[in-house]
Amino acid sequence: MDSALFPKGVKRCPTWQFALWIGAVGIVLLWGVYAMLLCWLKGLNQTNMNDYYGFALWIWADLAVIALGGGAFFTGFLRYIVGKDELKNIINFAVLIGFICYSSALLILAIDIGQPLRGWFIFWHANVHSMLTEVAFCLSCYFGVLTIEYIPLILENRQIDRVPFFHNLAHNMHEVMAVFAATGAFLSFFHQGSLGGVAGVLFGRPFAFREGIFIWPWTFFLFTWSAAAFGPCFTIFLLKITEKITAKKLVKDSTVWLLAKISGWMMLTYIIAKTIDTLYWLTVTAPAAGYGAGFFYDNWFYNFGWLFVEIVVGGFIPALILVSEKGRRSPGLLFLAVLLGVIGVSVNRWVMVLQVMAVPVMPFDTWALYYPSWQEVATTILPVAYGVILVSLSYRYLPVFPNEMELNAAPAQAEAVVDEELPVQAAVARA
Amino acid sequence: MEMNARQHKFGMVIDLDKCTGCGACMVACMAENNVPFKVDETNKRDSITWMRVYKLTNGKPYPEADACFLPRPCMHCEGHAGHSPCVSVCPATATDYSSETGVVSQIYTRCFGCRYCMAACPYHARYFNWWDPVWPDGMEKYLSPNVSPRMRGVVEKCSFCYHRYQLAREKAIYEERDEVAEEEYQTACTQACPAGAIVFGDLNNPDHQVARIVQPDAHHHFTGHSKIAFRLLEQLGTNPKVYYLTEREWVRKMCDQYNFGPQAAGH
Amino acid sequence: MFPFNFEWIWDMSHMVFMGGLWYAMTILGIGMTYCLIKAVVDTLQGKGAHH
Repeated sequence: MDSALFPKGVKRCPTWQFALWIGAVGIVLLWGVYAMLLCWLKGLNQTNMNDYYGFALWIWADLAVIALGGGAFFTGFLRYIVGKDELKNIINFAVLIGFICYSSALLILAIDIGQPLRGWFIFWHANVHSMLTEVAFCLSCYFGVLTIEYIPLILENRQIDRVPFFHNLAHNMHEVMAVFAATGAFLSFFHQGSLGGVAGVLFGRPFAFREGIFIWPWTFFLFTWSAAAFGPCFTIFLLKITEKITAKKLVKDSTVWLLAKISGWMMLTYIIAKTIDTLYWLTVTAPAAGYGAGFFYDNWFYNFGWLFVEIVVGGFIPALILVSEKGRRSPGLLFLAVLLGVIGVSVNRWVMVLQVMAVPVMPFDTWALYYPSWQEVATTILPVAYGVILVSLSYRYLPVFPNEMELNAAPAQAEAVVDEELPVQAAVARA
Repeated sequence: MEMNARQHKFGMVIDLDKCTGCGACMVACMAENNVPFKVDETNKRDSITWMRVYKLTNGKPYPEADACFLPRPCMHCEGHAGHSPCVSVCPATATDYSSETGVVSQIYTRCFGCRYCMAACPYHARYFNWWDPVWPDGMEKYLSPNVSPRMRGVVEKCSFCYHRYQLAREKAIYEERDEVAEEEYQTACTQACPAGAIVFGDLNNPDHQVARIVQPDAHHHFTGHSKIAFRLLEQLGTNPKVYYLTEREWVRKMCDQYNFGPQAAGH
Repeated sequence: MFPFNFEWIWDMSHMVFMGGLWYAMTILGIGMTYCLIKAVVDTLQGKGAHH
């Protein structure tokens, strides 16, 4: 029924099956929208947040999706600035994921603030000394960049592309995409860092506070670094899930391996830096404020296990898998590594938001634990449902994967394609 | 204006050995500042108490058992040169540190409720309006006309009864006086304390009682001169303007994280 | 955000922060304007008509 809208030469499931899929995910989406409306109309008393947990599940979700969406800027940076041309095969998907992550982050922020109609105050009455101001500005601008990067993909829909103006517009946007990507990378370096700075500058919260250079605490650099490292992990993770669901190979192995290798080295260097930062904080920074290392983990829920999961399970292990050629070329190990990476960076964002709130600062205070209300959970799942729908629609109607046709050709042709790829793979392996 | 030529630094000293924990300061504060309340206030983590009295215990069995009540208003931290934990993080400039008075203000109509300042404050002195304020029938007639009630979705906190300063200053200007006298500007909690445990005034004015008691040392982060004076979590570098007095060493040590800090190490 | 906002101060922080912001926004604005105008010109010249 809608086959005229499909990219040229690809196969898609029947319309009824697609409608059923979108309908099922749509129900989850509506549940989230209902919770969102409750929060907007009745206020934040719909959440389980309180004066100890002014920042909670939503801020974690924001930090996590922005870190995971970092695949877009870093892949763009590698493709357009560093010149890793091979990554053109995955850049569309990375942009799509980035677009979803950033639009989700903005939506969550719009729900999270107590007076949503005053949200523009952050721009109008900007306090340039606040990390959150920088986050708001750069995040909004970068969302603009992602929209600019996503638009040509929409315009390349088979039917839209027939309109000469749209065809020309998409072509022109591709021509200057390097400029947009460079601006996006510039903005991302800052807002990813500022998100780290949000916690790092809190000198009243010894769990979060870090020293640093000039106005930037070490968390500033660690957050940018980790987003660049783990963002591509999330892109690969979602790619593998999409390939599983569609039962198709969508991106060449050589491209995935290249991205995984770069991601792996970024992760390894990041996690070494993170380990040094953690040790310095535990032995120097926190004791100077009157808090010993064991103090922050002296709770049945927040114990040293979190640190182990973040740094070893979600850091060193996936990094070592990805830097080893054998590891990243094994489909099982590759998936395990990107999954652990996604968990690792999410745990980092979790502790930098929720454990900061949980640790008692006043000596006569107690640990504050919190669990989210269903409205918070529903509004956090809402972007996931929205993301699934946008990926599904994009996959069905837009040429997200430029190699899809050749990778899923008849067996005889497919073999030929694989043969052609070998020199490229060899070159990548040497790189 | 001539009056502004002098930089004030309003602050407070609370004698913990005099505080009985009666809660009069809390009640006076709520009434003075139109602080909204709920039918059920048992959950202290989502109900608003600008001035909150904490109970500290030394954890020892009888007969050494001892308790201390610690009233905690907003500390109006100065940090380093006005770089207080909450002011510097507010993205919309909705909270400000006044170098003229040393008061950390909160602009309710400017705040959009991001709650970053709450995350920044180690004293939990900032409160969020999770609900719209609802006053029992007829009670709205008893609200103070000098303090604007807050709406749902914004952060509020102790202002050192700044409206009282504004009124006193207006009166002084009208009477062509340069200075607001010590007794003209006193916070509601100070006046309500039956034990006289709270003393309020200008820390920069050596004639004020608060300055005489504390004698803040400008060369050492404004720490109090008296051996029994301390500030809550002094080691964090928040540089608060609320000082506490107690003869009890365990209270002083506890309030400055005695477990680990340089003080404990003998510095 | 603008020099006419009352909290604006002509200091290094404002100039660096807002300078960076307006610089990025100018690049994006000029870039998109260029793409749109060129697309109109290209279309008027008959390019892309065969697709």
